[in-house]
Amino acid sequence: MALMLKNARVIDPQVELDEVIDLLVRDGRIVEVGKNLSMEKGEEVDLSGKILVPGLVDMHVHLREPGFEQKEDIASGTRAAAHGGFTAVCAMPNTNPVIDNAVGVEYVKARATQVGKCRVIVSGACTKNLEGEVLSEMGDMIAHGAKAFTDDGHGVQDSGMMRRVLDYASQFDRVVMVHCQDNSLVGEGQVNEGVASTRLGMFGWPAEGEELEIARDIALCRLTGCPLHIQHITTARGVEMVRAAKAEGLPVTCEVTPHHMFLTEDDIDDTYPTSLKVNPPLRTKADAKALIEGVADGTIDAIVTDHAPHTDWEKDREFELSPFGMIGLETSLGLVLTNLVNSGVIDYARMIELMAIAPRAILREDPVRIEAGSIADFTVIDPDKKWNVSRDNFYSKAGNSGFLGFDLVGCATDVYVGGYATLRDGKIVE
Amino acid sequence: MAFPHKHLIDISEYSADEIMLLLKTAERFKEVNERRIKQVPTLKGATIVNMFNEPSTRTRSSFEIAEKRLSANSLNFGGSSTSTVKGESLSDTVETLCAYKVDMIIVRDKHAGVPRKIADLSGVHVIDAGDGKHQHPTQALLDLYSIWEHKGKFEGLNVGVVGDISHSRVCGSLIPALKIMGANVCVIAPPTLLPADVATLGADSATSDLNSVLPDLDVVYMLRVQRERLEGAPFPSLREYNMLFGLTKERDHLMKPDAIVCHPGPINRGVELDSFMADHPKRSVILDQVYAGILVRMAALYQLLGGTNDGIDA
Repeated sequence: MALMLKNARVIDPQVELDEVIDLLVRDGRIVEVGKNLSMEKGEEVDLSGKILVPGLVDMHVHLREPGFEQKEDIASGTRAAAHGGFTAVCAMPNTNPVIDNAVGVEYVKARATQVGKCRVIVSGACTKNLEGEVLSEMGDMIAHGAKAFTDDGHGVQDSGMMRRVLDYASQFDRVVMVHCQDNSLVGEGQVNEGVASTRLGMFGWPAEGEELEIARDIALCRLTGCPLHIQHITTARGVEMVRAAKAEGLPVTCEVTPHHMFLTEDDIDDTYPTSLKVNPPLRTKADAKALIEGVADGTIDAIVTDHAPHTDWEKDREFELSPFGMIGLETSLGLVLTNLVNSGVIDYARMIELMAIAPRAILREDPVRIEAGSIADFTVIDPDKKWNVSRDNFYSKAGNSGFLGFDLVGCATDVYVGGYATLRDGKIVE
Repeated sequence: MAFPHKHLIDISEYSADEIMLLLKTAERFKEVNERRIKQVPTLKGATIVNMFNEPSTRTRSSFEIAEKRLSANSLNFGGSSTSTVKGESLSDTVETLCAYKVDMIIVRDKHAGVPRKIADLSGVHVIDAGDGKHQHPTQALLDLYSIWEHKGKFEGLNVGVVGDISHSRVCGSLIPALKIMGANVCVIAPPTLLPADVATLGADSATSDLNSVLPDLDVVYMLRVQRERLEGAPFPSLREYNMLFGLTKERDHLMKPDAIVCHPGPINRGVELDSFMADHPKRSVILDQVYAGILVRMAALYQLLGGTNDGIDA
């Protein structure tokens, strides 16, 4: 059936488009883009006052299935994604069992097809069981649809093993995504080392514990030529290292989360809010400022959530006993619109690069462009909608957001995946 | 005037006057502790839970004695009997205690931030009896009491705190308290035992050279080397620690004639303190600190639970 999306302001820097225009969609693809389009039969949607952009992609999400379905599952996690405006997410492999072989990849794909509300791009582990000791079967996983590799949550500790991962992966056109954490420096670190760790009386997680591994992995990228993607970068010096690597022409990209840009260690007050316990930890104001500069100047390629759901009873504990991570799928777009776009730090075109174009390119996904022939994955945004972040409105099973109570402006109202609505007027289409 | 605080968790929320009121209240309780029958009915009917989720002998005993001398009903809850070993969450444990209709929870826990969490959850009075590496306010009060008793003032005193600053909850309360009272604080430790941000702790200066600052100090506060927290081996040997940071007989001549030596106990003889210093009749105030612990805890219980008279003659 045909779908006509009328009167939206359509923005896509890939085709230098920014005007109020109509889209005709058939069989999951764009058929025509133009003024005053008409069709014989089909569904017509009036999007006056809305902004339509290529479908957003969150390339760093923990859907927790298989193994941790009490926290989140593919059904709830992809609904949270659609509610937050995403047409696709990249699922991290640190499930139980770990996605480190073709069977795991097929399982996640099959579940996503059965119960998902957005596309699920599967990433596999670099090493078996995330142990950092033996290479996983990357080739077989690619044959079954894996799009990227990562030992997210751990980081490969041994430099020789990391070299082997990158060397081996360099034969495939796939990116290796790295969680940079030198365990010998990080130890039992709970919060950023410095003011926060001293004030709160807990072990510190030093910036250097992250920067040392960024430096190492950039060096190994130079050595092996394998495309490298630095996950959830948090420090000013880390951004500087990526900037230098890019200037050198290395195939290095990186991502940042809203919580590392818009929250700092100063937000962790003496109530010990466990929703602000994340890995890597919230850093200093100066770091957050450098991250936003990196987003604006192009050093940082992608905005991701590192959506890390946990149950209430896991998070409602002593800070040092609570697990790391916060959710983000349903607040990311609103936070970016409110804090970066509406405030003029970046424009819509740059936001689309960060949240749609670059994630697809890094993950070797086909691009989505607003032109005839392209896949019909769109996000429709109400740029003026004022809303308050409340757990009651989450589709995620979890409530561990560090942004509860925040007032935001702008959100996704409608989402189309392959021409089908997954979100309509802010509600999931079942 | 009623005491304006409900809890004793973060000493930096207290003013100099409020701390002084606690010290003066403590001083008045000396008389009770010197009677033949060392008990007054001041807190009769109040139920106090000693929730010690981490092994503690001295602090818990001190609180228990303070409670008994004020005739409070006290319940010891913790150790191997804690519900946490059965998998119960802290929140559920606290809600269970609240259902007992208790008036105060005194909590020791190995995790930072637990006393504040209990205060928020329970609504009853809470005293932090030490949380992780964070704070230990009644220790700070008893230290202040001993310093005040021996020096008669705080303003302008030079206090040096020596040892494991980074793992010390004693420092987390003592240093802010000393600053509130107008003393100057220097921390002395190997760099491996200093916190990441000394300024946040509130100390005026930090050094690793004990000998260079010892001649200026009016109070030398020696921290215990916490052998159980030294897996990371922050110094090569106890022998070398004693050589560089121990208060030895050889260092006596560097000290002011009237400088006093404090220690929160239990002491490691031959590590941070030589016996010469630990038992020094003029310098060591370590046993005075232990007694002060009873007095300031009685004072804190009394003030927080809303005593309206001095309670002693009741």
